[in-house]
Amino acid sequence: MNIEILGITVLWVFLFGYILIGAIDFGAGFFNAYSLFTGKQRILTNVIQRYLSPVWEVTNVFLVFFFVGIIGFFPKTAFYYGTTLLVPVSFAIILLAVRGSYYAFETYGARGHKGYSFAYGSTGLLLPASLSIVLTISEGGFIEIVNGQPVLDYWKLFTSPLTWSIVVLSIAATLYISSAFLTWYANKARDREATQLLRKYALIWAFPTIIAAGGIIFELRKHNPLHYESIQTFWPMFLISLILFLGTVFLIWKKRHYGVAFSLLMGQFVFAFFGYGASHYPYLLYPYLTIYDSFTNQAMAVALIIAFICGLLLLIPSLYLLLRMFLFNKEYVKGNENHHA
Amino acid sequence: MDPVLYSRILTELTLSFHIIYATIGVGVPLMIMLAQWVGIKKNDEHYILLARRWARGFVITVAVGVVTGTAIGLQLSLLWPNFMELAGNVIALPLFMETFAFFFEAIFLGIYLYTWDRFENQKKHFLLLIPVALGASFSAVFITIVNAFMNAPQGFNLVNGELINVNPLVAMFNPAMPTKVAHVVGTAYMTSAFLLAAIAAFRLLRGSNHVYHKKALYLTLKVGFIFSVSAALVGDLSGKYLAEYQPEKLAAAEWHFETEENAPLILYGVLDDGEVKYAIKIPYALSILAHGSLSAEVVGLDQFSEEDIPPLYIHYLFDIMVTIGITLMMMSAIYWIGMWRRWSFVESRLFRWLIVAGGPLVFISLEAGWWMAEVGRQPWILRNIMRTSEGATTSGQVPTMLVLFALLYLVLGVGSVVVLRRMFIRNPVEQEIIDRQQERGGDIR
Repeated sequence: MNIEILGITVLWVFLFGYILIGAIDFGAGFFNAYSLFTGKQRILTNVIQRYLSPVWEVTNVFLVFFFVGIIGFFPKTAFYYGTTLLVPVSFAIILLAVRGSYYAFETYGARGHKGYSFAYGSTGLLLPASLSIVLTISEGGFIEIVNGQPVLDYWKLFTSPLTWSIVVLSIAATLYISSAFLTWYANKARDREATQLLRKYALIWAFPTIIAAGGIIFELRKHNPLHYESIQTFWPMFLISLILFLGTVFLIWKKRHYGVAFSLLMGQFVFAFFGYGASHYPYLLYPYLTIYDSFTNQAMAVALIIAFICGLLLLIPSLYLLLRMFLFNKEYVKGNENHHA
Repeated sequence: MDPVLYSRILTELTLSFHIIYATIGVGVPLMIMLAQWVGIKKNDEHYILLARRWARGFVITVAVGVVTGTAIGLQLSLLWPNFMELAGNVIALPLFMETFAFFFEAIFLGIYLYTWDRFENQKKHFLLLIPVALGASFSAVFITIVNAFMNAPQGFNLVNGELINVNPLVAMFNPAMPTKVAHVVGTAYMTSAFLLAAIAAFRLLRGSNHVYHKKALYLTLKVGFIFSVSAALVGDLSGKYLAEYQPEKLAAAEWHFETEENAPLILYGVLDDGEVKYAIKIPYALSILAHGSLSAEVVGLDQFSEEDIPPLYIHYLFDIMVTIGITLMMMSAIYWIGMWRRWSFVESRLFRWLIVAGGPLVFISLEAGWWMAEVGRQPWILRNIMRTSEGATTSGQVPTMLVLFALLYLVLGVGSVVVLRRMFIRNPVEQEIIDRQQERGGDIR
């Protein structure tokens, strides 16, 4: 494995981390807001807020890590993506800002405030959609070089079926991941009513997820034949992903082993996400930018990797402590303890 | 529509807004730590409650700090792609390390907030705060290193537009770094201390005469004094750094036009057709500030060509920063001595209003200092390497984004103030002390 692949793999892992825990987070915010408006908050709010509260800031750091890391390892991305993404990423920042701050406002300052809950619930759902546009753009065909400057063709972007398949996938997957996780979490908290409702949501959102994912592969055949071909060579990964998906749905359907079901779901997304990533190789942006021609100098690469290893030594025990205190702490999950400042 | 101009305005807007919350984010954990430590040591429930209530308010400001920090992190690439491409090659290391510091802080902040009274031994809970404070301060250290690099870039060679001999550590430990980091971190503590002092003084003026607020006031002003002295000392060293490595910035800030020995320091005044009017001239002071000697020669603006000189209005920013800083230092010194010597006027309404005024003033000083630092580096984004105009995006959409972000900051600013007010008005400290007394069976005075 060369250092370029090592760099992109590290970043891809963190992006995956963001997508997974971000999805749980954003979906939970949405279900919470939805329950306030349908009068089901009595069932859902407790279990959702119990999970959400201590982790939201950590979620955001995964994203920061990814975009700071990509500029560090692949500085040329700043030029190509920085210039073209001004509008889409600015929208994402605005959604993220409202999501993060109004979440904190509601949780710490104004518990149960409907307006705040709605603000962060809705922006949280739109955020994955707006961030997913970046993946769409990376497929190429939407950026042209005019006078040496990359320019984004908005008309082409927003009339492409590929764009909308990815948007649908991002929203459906967010709700699917989140509801499957919360089903398990609610079950762990012995909250039967919440478990049942969340289980229903998980089953509802499973199928749009898989259909949109299939649709994307289909769209790619027309949009980016090069990538489509590459995807085919990774077919076992996508097949495993599909089998794991069926396993999750089966277990949730049968109301059995929600923990295992969620593990299978994580497996499903690991295989799909890394299969997609591997097939994207070596391009960061079709057809202009590969991980090789955008890579930083050797000295910086080595420095970043050393910093990364030292950072991990600090982070892994800390993350473990966080999970042990909240996610795997029975008393906390059940809501028998409240130690908020 | 000029993308360079609008990129500058948008960056300035984001940073000016972010720096308020970021500074609180760096400084307040230290204050919480001190209060909790004193509370545990003295077994004084008031200090513990102080830490707890500060922590509660802190979460709100941290949230806004985090999201606006994410905004500026992304905007750097969106608005300054050419600069970031170069910077990514040379100064990405501290940026990357900053995310780890931030990660560390985020994890332990989550744990700290949700483990009040969970441990039998209060010291365990206190220990959780140390990584929060360390993470917050190191975030500031790493990000300031990047800013220092923009002022004194080194650790690479640029040959025919090609970067060679990159050395990330040499880039990090550039000459601007020691004074800049010390000044930024020290003033963050100072700012937070005066902010919290202003709140305590305000509560005392508005009816509450509880000893809780008096303890808060005493603690915060003591810390405020210590860090305002440190800010002044580091400010002096910054002057020496500037004289050596960025003489044009110092000369522009001090309106020092002619290179000369025995240089006087110009304070205040206005510039009228290149003529300085109504200014106070302190003889030899600029020579002392720049080189630590009465007679030293200080390089003036005459040594630079027109297009390399920063805007001269930074002199006003310098004056604002220094005046407020010195005023607050004296105010807190008088309060400290006054409390010790039992001067009654330091507990008078007038003096308390002065402390209240210190809250907004310290933030004006903070903003003035940052504007001076950033405008004073112009016309360069990376001094002597890349001009600001060369670093900017070519996109024509920046003005629209400027409007959107202005609205966003309005929503976040108003929202955070409304929520903070609501939190503390609905749960006044007197009530909380009574509640906790009942919970614990009355071991609080």
